[in-house]
Amino acid sequence: MPESSNSAIASTSSGPLEPVALVEMQGISKAYPGCLANDAIDISLQAGRVHALLGENGAGKSTLVKILYGLLASDSGSIRWQGKPVDIDSPATARELGIAMVFQHFSLFDSLSVLENIALGMDVDANDRLRQQIIDVSQRYGLPLDPERSVYSLSVGERQRIEIIRCLLQEPRLLIMDEPTSVLTPAEVSDLFDTLERLASEGLAILYISHKLEEIRRLCDEATILRAGRKVAEADPRAESARSLAALMMGSDVPPASIRGSVATGEVLLSLEGLSHVASDSHGISLHGLDLQVRAGEIVGIAGVAGNGQDELMQVLIGETRLQRADSLMVCGRAVGRLDPGERRRLGLCCVPEERLGHAAVPTLSLSDNAFLTAHHRKPMCNAGLVSHKLSREFAEQIIERFKVRCHGPGSLASSLSGGNLQKFIVGREILQSPKVLVVSQPTWGVDAGAANAIHEAIQALANEGAAVLIVSQDLDELMQASNRIGGLCAGRLSAFFPTLETTVQKVGLLMGGSHS
Amino acid sequence: MIALQRRADPSRLMGYLAPLLALGITLLAGLVLFAVLGVPVAAAFYAFFIEPVSTLYGLAELGVKAAPLIIIGVALSIGFRAQVWNIGAEGQLILGAITGAAVALVFYENDGWYVLPLMILASVLGGMAWAGIPALLKTRFNVNEILTSLMLTYVAALLLSWLVSGPMRDPDGFNFPESRLFHDAALLPRILQGTRLHAGTLVALGIVLAGWVLLSRTLLGFALKVNGAAPRAGAYAAFSQTRLIWIAMLMGGGCAGLAGLFEVAGPIGQLLPSISPGYGFTAIIVAFLGRLHPLGVLFAGLVMALTYLGGETAQITLNLPLAVTGVFQGLLLFFLLATDVLINYRVVFK
Amino acid sequence: MNETVMLTILTIVTAATPLVYAAIGELVVERSGVLNLGVEGMMLGGAVCSFATAHYTGSAALGIAAGLLAGVLLALIFAFLTLSLQASQVATGLALTIFGIGLSALIGQPLVGIAFSGLPSLHIPWLSDLPLIGRLLFSHDVLVYGSFLLVGLVAWCLNRTRAGLVLRSVGDSHHAAHALGIHVVRVRYLATLFGGACAGLGGAYLSMVYTPMWVENMSAGRGWIALALVVFAVWQPGRLLLGAYLFGGISILQLHGQALGINVPSQLMSMLPYVTTILVLVLISRDRGRIRRNAPASIGQAFHPTT
Repeated sequence: MPESSNSAIASTSSGPLEPVALVEMQGISKAYPGCLANDAIDISLQAGRVHALLGENGAGKSTLVKILYGLLASDSGSIRWQGKPVDIDSPATARELGIAMVFQHFSLFDSLSVLENIALGMDVDANDRLRQQIIDVSQRYGLPLDPERSVYSLSVGERQRIEIIRCLLQEPRLLIMDEPTSVLTPAEVSDLFDTLERLASEGLAILYISHKLEEIRRLCDEATILRAGRKVAEADPRAESARSLAALMMGSDVPPASIRGSVATGEVLLSLEGLSHVASDSHGISLHGLDLQVRAGEIVGIAGVAGNGQDELMQVLIGETRLQRADSLMVCGRAVGRLDPGERRRLGLCCVPEERLGHAAVPTLSLSDNAFLTAHHRKPMCNAGLVSHKLSREFAEQIIERFKVRCHGPGSLASSLSGGNLQKFIVGREILQSPKVLVVSQPTWGVDAGAANAIHEAIQALANEGAAVLIVSQDLDELMQASNRIGGLCAGRLSAFFPTLETTVQKVGLLMGGSHS
Repeated sequence: MIALQRRADPSRLMGYLAPLLALGITLLAGLVLFAVLGVPVAAAFYAFFIEPVSTLYGLAELGVKAAPLIIIGVALSIGFRAQVWNIGAEGQLILGAITGAAVALVFYENDGWYVLPLMILASVLGGMAWAGIPALLKTRFNVNEILTSLMLTYVAALLLSWLVSGPMRDPDGFNFPESRLFHDAALLPRILQGTRLHAGTLVALGIVLAGWVLLSRTLLGFALKVNGAAPRAGAYAAFSQTRLIWIAMLMGGGCAGLAGLFEVAGPIGQLLPSISPGYGFTAIIVAFLGRLHPLGVLFAGLVMALTYLGGETAQITLNLPLAVTGVFQGLLLFFLLATDVLINYRVVFK
Repeated sequence: MNETVMLTILTIVTAATPLVYAAIGELVVERSGVLNLGVEGMMLGGAVCSFATAHYTGSAALGIAAGLLAGVLLALIFAFLTLSLQASQVATGLALTIFGIGLSALIGQPLVGIAFSGLPSLHIPWLSDLPLIGRLLFSHDVLVYGSFLLVGLVAWCLNRTRAGLVLRSVGDSHHAAHALGIHVVRVRYLATLFGGACAGLGGAYLSMVYTPMWVENMSAGRGWIALALVVFAVWQPGRLLLGAYLFGGISILQLHGQALGINVPSQLMSMLPYVTTILVLVLISRDRGRIRRNAPASIGQAFHPTT
């Protein structure tokens, strides 16, 4: 008898016996030049269960699911779908089987409407029937969305809903979610979990990829843990503690979870005084009367979900966009709001933007040139008016040595470094210029645990030497660990700031959501 | 199946080999082209590539043709590094020739030493002014500089045509659309007796050197490279995009204007309705073939000059159409762009 | 209606038609995220091949087909270099123009000075015999009607069909399109070849109808004006038609300037289309927000499936 297309029936009909796995991946291996991303990984997924795929950045999670979704071909290994061997050679094949995926970076088209975006992903026309289906699904699962809106006008959370609805409309048997909560506020995360639990109860298998332990313990029924391309364990996340999961995920070197204590009383080095900026176009976020003082020796964290004015704030701090009022931004007592980035640097303000390749560093230039890029404002790098390649090479070597940047030397291209190593180089480049004020956006975004630790330690050391540090990040755990005071940025407004020791993740979550209580 | 696989690092070796490979394939394609045109392949090859440079005069001519290509090519390659696409060097060349010639005609029959320097100044300013229009429109109104600089080339050609048949026409010239012949003081000194090799060739070498120093050793050169490769990184490092667009455009315009003057005050000696066989366009190929590097441009300029000379010789001795030169130049750029893939990708056979 | 006015309107149509073809083709190419600066070269290729074929075979239909094919072949070179070999689109487009100018001059060498009878106008029973309207609207050749049909078809396809949706999605974000399993490179190949076919037809119209003969470099910058027209139209087919006829009118003004009593040297009159192009570009481009909202977001960027 052919199997029913209704997955809920299929899973219940197998009764209390161990059901046939919906998907089994066996011995999956995939090598990239210079790195074994997946090394003989086995994983098995059941209908009606939420399965966590847990691992640090670079552990091989994304590679494995891309193979399952037909975006990558494995070098060896096999995939069985309901016990039958299958060859998933493209996303179309995956979708035919009943696999749907919500990507970490959404595959959306800004200039098209919600309806058109969904139609594209489903090989159907953008007609009234589809419009009605979208409305139906969005009501049923609590995912409000207007089909006619253009994507560029939507928030990140709304964009994720498009992806989820697109997947659900295909009536999938397996839903893959790649780091879905990294872009959501705590409240949005809670709504998402409600939706996912409901879906699982209807018989859908969910593969949930994350490195956030608390989430996984709350949501998932089972977990597969990857480290450096290998499967290191299978675990029941509800039976484990966050600490034991972390130990499995990172091996022996779990970073000490120390929260910085004392509140600094040094002189104010960075000061935002009613800083406002009107966005230049409809896509941007305007900043409204930001007030903040950062003192010598202090690390202040600004939490917030992407798209709440972080990019605009960074541009204003770097000096890529000038302010109307010079004195709304003060560095060491000098009004710098109308100065260019070089002049600000010479006064002691160094910034690290979020985007590594193409903003903080030039991918096609060597590390030596990338060292020169910002350092020439603060360090002697020229000889008789001409660029001295010797001096910039020496500075690059110094960064590489002090921050243990793994590369072939100062001649390596920035694009040839891994994310973590490049980030160490960039942060090192700014710290070794001995700034009085350091502003860092997303210091450890997409960086492996070892490099993240090194970066946090270096920032800590700089603050201990008397610099004022401001960290803008979406990673709440990072800010809770690294900052003395913390506040939230929401819709271009800053919340009040609280000593980190006296606050909780939940409270900061409220600040990120714009609550001022 | 043949497939491309991205290299971890771009290949330096291929960076040097690709242009040579492209030259080789172009020569092979040339064989086929000559065969299709029904001319004896060996004779055509000789006429095209050997005969033009087999005499001292021929070698001097190579320098004469290469000088404007190199002067413009160096300036364009600096601009292209910054992703400033000045495609209208031909028009800027014409404007430089016009303004330079205007000075020569104003000081007609004046033997002062200052005539030639004044002409040079005027031509550089003329070329800059013409390139300044797209720069202004780009920085002020966000207008694509490719289209505007190109449109201005057509305008410049028509302007020249009007001037030589009207205001600047030789009063004793029987209504031919030509200016007077320049006075001796308004002509570039020859540097090799019995040839047309003029002082402009030396200037071209100087510009290669200056371009090299600018790109590799100055903050300006560094800024141009950074803004071309990653404009946001440029803004982060305090390199103003507006300023760099102006500098790149004015540099291109100034050099093109200078090259235009060297044509009218060098080999031509007067203003004609047509003063350039497309040097401004060919210089674009020269810049790419020379890997946007001044030294590379020097060699590329010589190679492209040879295609001009070869075309002329082949036209005389074999009655081949002059258009063969254009076909060769286009093919060479095609093959260069094709072989460039080897720098970033490895070809694998599956 | 005054006979001169009538003739002027009819010549505006012939001046605008090659621009309509070249520009609508480039519009489709750009909507797929590809910038082909080689329109001028493809037009010249189309012009010389159609003229040569029509001259040697005596068949206008074969001539048109040859023009189309020449455009497609030249576009194929561009597509292979930029889409398969990841070459810079700007550089390759320029190379295509330089190559097209040279190749067309080479092929056209023996054809210089030969005249061609031109394309007969299509006689539509009853309609063409109407007074005034018949002459104004129903006395044109098949390519004129074809150009209107083509613009309508492109507009319909882009906005109303799945193929158009796929094309727009590739132009908006090739990475997102690839993630959905859309064959980005294949879509762009097809769009580029379509653009080549259109540019070839535009060229064919130049050498077979507009000035029925072959003259070296006869497109005189029309390929570049077509590129400007796409910007003028903010990538919308309807506006493109308007722009092409505006430019058609200006180039006719330049031809008939003397007859209309404008006493300005012919060279200065000839500058009009180019100067107008620049002015129009300024007017459109100064509104940065509008350009950003309408321009295909991934235009000019190379795409390789493994990256």
